[in-house]
Amino acid sequence: MNFEYAAAPESRSVAKIDPVYGHFINGNWVAGSSHFSAINPATEEVLSSISLGTAADVDAAVKAARTAFDKSWSKLSGRERGKFLFRIARIMQERSREFAVLETLDNGKPIRESRDVDVPLAAAHFFYHAGWADKLEFAGVDTTTAPHGVVGQIIPWNFPLLMLAWKVAPALATGNTVVLKPAETTSLTALLFAQVCQQAGLPEGVVNIVTGDGSTGAAIVKHPGIDKIAFTGSTEVGKLIARAVAPTAKSLTLELGGKGANIVFGDAAIDETVEGIVNGIFFNQGHVCCAGSRLILQENIAEEVLEKLKRRMEKIRIGDPLDKNTDLGAINSAEQLAKIYQLTAAGDAEGANRWSPNCALPDKGFWFAPTIFTGVTQAHRIAREEIFGPVLSVLTFRTPQEAIEKANNTPFGLSAGIWSEKGSNILWATQQLRAGVIWANTFNKFDPASPFGGYKESGWGREGGRHGLSAYLKGAAK
Amino acid sequence: MLATRSIKTTSKAWAIDTAISMVDLTTLEGADTPGKVQALCSKAFRPDPTDISVPQVGAVCVYNDMVAIARQHLDAIGAKDLPVAAVSTAFPSGRASMAVKLQDTEDAIAAGAAEIDMVIDRGAFLSGKYIEVFEEIAAIRQVCGERAHLKVILETGELVTYDNVRKASYLAMLAGADFIKTSTGKVTPAATPPVVLVMLEAVRDFYDLTKVRIGVKPAGGIRTTKDAIKQLVLVNETAGPEWLNPSLFRIGASALLNDLLLQRMKISDGYYASPNYVTID
Amino acid sequence: MGSRGWPPWLECLPEGSCKVSGRLEVMKTYKLYINGAFPRTESGRSYEISAHNGEFLANACLASRKDLRDAVVAARAAQPGWAKATAYNRGQIMYRIAEMLEGRSDQFAQEISLQTGATAKASLQEVTDAVDLLVWYAGWSDKLTSLAGATNPVAGPFYNFTVPEALGVVGIIAPKDKPLFGFISAVAPVLVSGNTAVALASSSAPLSAISFAEVVATSDLPNGVLNILSGQQSELAPWFGSHMDIDGLDISGLPSDQHGAIKEAGVENLKRISAFPNQIDMASAEPGRILAFMEAKTVWHPIGN
Repeated sequence: MNFEYAAAPESRSVAKIDPVYGHFINGNWVAGSSHFSAINPATEEVLSSISLGTAADVDAAVKAARTAFDKSWSKLSGRERGKFLFRIARIMQERSREFAVLETLDNGKPIRESRDVDVPLAAAHFFYHAGWADKLEFAGVDTTTAPHGVVGQIIPWNFPLLMLAWKVAPALATGNTVVLKPAETTSLTALLFAQVCQQAGLPEGVVNIVTGDGSTGAAIVKHPGIDKIAFTGSTEVGKLIARAVAPTAKSLTLELGGKGANIVFGDAAIDETVEGIVNGIFFNQGHVCCAGSRLILQENIAEEVLEKLKRRMEKIRIGDPLDKNTDLGAINSAEQLAKIYQLTAAGDAEGANRWSPNCALPDKGFWFAPTIFTGVTQAHRIAREEIFGPVLSVLTFRTPQEAIEKANNTPFGLSAGIWSEKGSNILWATQQLRAGVIWANTFNKFDPASPFGGYKESGWGREGGRHGLSAYLKGAAK
Repeated sequence: MLATRSIKTTSKAWAIDTAISMVDLTTLEGADTPGKVQALCSKAFRPDPTDISVPQVGAVCVYNDMVAIARQHLDAIGAKDLPVAAVSTAFPSGRASMAVKLQDTEDAIAAGAAEIDMVIDRGAFLSGKYIEVFEEIAAIRQVCGERAHLKVILETGELVTYDNVRKASYLAMLAGADFIKTSTGKVTPAATPPVVLVMLEAVRDFYDLTKVRIGVKPAGGIRTTKDAIKQLVLVNETAGPEWLNPSLFRIGASALLNDLLLQRMKISDGYYASPNYVTID
Repeated sequence: MGSRGWPPWLECLPEGSCKVSGRLEVMKTYKLYINGAFPRTESGRSYEISAHNGEFLANACLASRKDLRDAVVAARAAQPGWAKATAYNRGQIMYRIAEMLEGRSDQFAQEISLQTGATAKASLQEVTDAVDLLVWYAGWSDKLTSLAGATNPVAGPFYNFTVPEALGVVGIIAPKDKPLFGFISAVAPVLVSGNTAVALASSSAPLSAISFAEVVATSDLPNGVLNILSGQQSELAPWFGSHMDIDGLDISGLPSDQHGAIKEAGVENLKRISAFPNQIDMASAEPGRILAFMEAKTVWHPIGN
């Protein structure tokens, strides 16, 4: 007898979406001059019409942020700043279901993830940073605790609300004001966040949200009235920004791409490891900079792990992201789906062995079945380039030293995973790995108190924890 | 993650009926009397006197010296294919001589028990005497022979670690268990989802190696329909749908049955029921 | 709160007609707060609390050593769970206490004014300072480890790290200045790290502390984490000092000439005993007051084969 799970859809009605949105500048809604569509990637329906930010819109936002910095925000004590952030955190918790449903509609990720991961973590980031606002002298960064002033923040589409929280919370806690541009395909939760700012009574101009595309982002990067830029996105765009900023005095932090190595030693606990592998690459459809996208298996357990992994993948439920039982949602955009097709085709062409479980994909929307490629070597494109989708490349190793070498053999350095039951082995491996975030016997764990960021081409700086504060304080460096 | 599965409407109705058919309806009190046992048996056969579409439970579970009473009563009310399971081998502590445990088992089978729920010697296990534990199970298996199926209670609450649960599961299966069971119900924690998950992984792996399917019985701490459905999801996504029937999955419970009935009424009537409308046993 | 006397509630005219004016208030009974419940003192004793102008305010419980004993039992039972809660969760609950106190600002301001004679403005300032102090401490819960923990660069292939941990059950003899702010300045730093507490309010002005129990009881703080007694500090102090199941003491409320005796009594189980200068406002808040009631655990693990 088969246990079929009936549809268990979360109701859409809790998320009210306006037909058209303007920018949020100086505490008010400002209509844009031209618009583009927000699309539900699971169904391709148009959700709303979003304003395309021009250089003039960015300029207005920067001016508002500067005035707010000079006249109100910098005049407040850390204690009062902190209380605004506490309010924001609490209101996000109060409206959590609204945020979760909206995030799923706009991004395509399963409701279970937006509800259980994205929204609670975003609120927690505000709660955590609220407590730092009046304790900066204890953060151990510098004895001067001055903010930069106006910061420009450009965030990606994979965790729209959470990435907003990672940027805005520390910026405000340290006394900066913000001009933020959400990603082109995921503006809606940022716009709802603007409402939260209003409900919290945040002074006008402290947070400004300008929606748009790459040109809007470029206008922010170029604006001379911005003191610091924070960017999360692809390494390619990160480098463009770094070049644009280099001749200026602007401060810059970057959180870029990765090709995380998930290393499984022969003494790993296999069932837990399989769960960790699945989480590492299929959580959020693999749209994760720190995804464990390279599985590096010790040869002596490779076959056993792969067999269990495939069996586990058969149980992954792909479908309507609003269904509470869905494990794998939609790919965020047609553009991203095309990239995934392109790289997986390269995998085939270069001789790797592709496998996916049989799963029915919906006809409308952007979908890709969970996929593994075995027989991959470091020389394959699918072992070097970030696919940013539910695609796992599987390599093997013989000795621990070889595992480390393969793991480090990449221009990226964001994350790594280690599966082993031996403590000394884990600690040795963490010493050798060139990665900013290392998970041992777990994966994809995030916390506002835990610093996150990469080595090498995965970026500059850390977000979260004590270490994350230094990005937003002027400090001694020029 | 499996604990967040949302089971609604048709799948919920199916899950409730399946869960009812898997319940080993249990009374294990020092104060058990023939009257109490008979009432339990009647309830087990006909859980809801106003609705004959409610399935009968999986088994009735009683102390050794109540087996004959239970069997007689079940036969008398026409429940011939409802088995009686007896807790044997100096349940719940297992602290008695081997001779006593063997006799305990023999007595139960002679009185009509078709299923024996034995306890392992946790003292021997925790002091590393694994062969002793194995040999005890094998000896009880021999007594059962073809006459009764054997459930081996690991008492996971006393084993504590998941590694121990996994080890004990393997020991029991290798020694001839038909079912591995989490707990006596006298110790907390009992059948927590992680522990049941470990046992389901064990039976799944055992099947891969031997092509033999061993059953799993969580017992203790499963009080609500929601708890029961979580267990079914675990079975479904770990061992597999082949295990979703009473010959391979049972739930040791007493209060659970009434909550299942209340939830069943809500689905069929469309509004919340009251405990006044389900019988006590 | 208003006047505690008999309002004119029946005005009668000479010809015999009467009308009702004014209203008789329901007076509050001030009890102890132990294990989430509000029992009276088991001793049945009470003592009078007067307003600053000498008027009768209330009969406060005169707590006995047995009340203290019961409170310690409750605090001990609650401690493992409170320490095991995530720092995030503890911070959320302490912020909730601030929310609840903020909502009752007027009640507390009035109570302070009656006890101390402070102006309405100064009393309200004390309450809002107390709320802000709670928020300040709430924000510390998930940052203490960053401040007081470390990984240590030992000279060998070992991973070595130090984590600060809560001490256990802490007794607090609360300062007498500022009946609400003073009380909270002693209690909050003890709780935020995962300790549980038995707090004895200022003897002469305990009402704010006892009313604070109402705030705590509606803030999701688990039973037994904070227990509040009223009584004579000089009577109970020796029992705080000698109790073998209390791990630490904040004796800020005792005059310094009584400190020696308490410290001697505390030597039996090596209690960690501290006294802090009176904190009158936010400016003197320091994380050191939290760390005074924490332990540090250092762990070694080899790296490599």
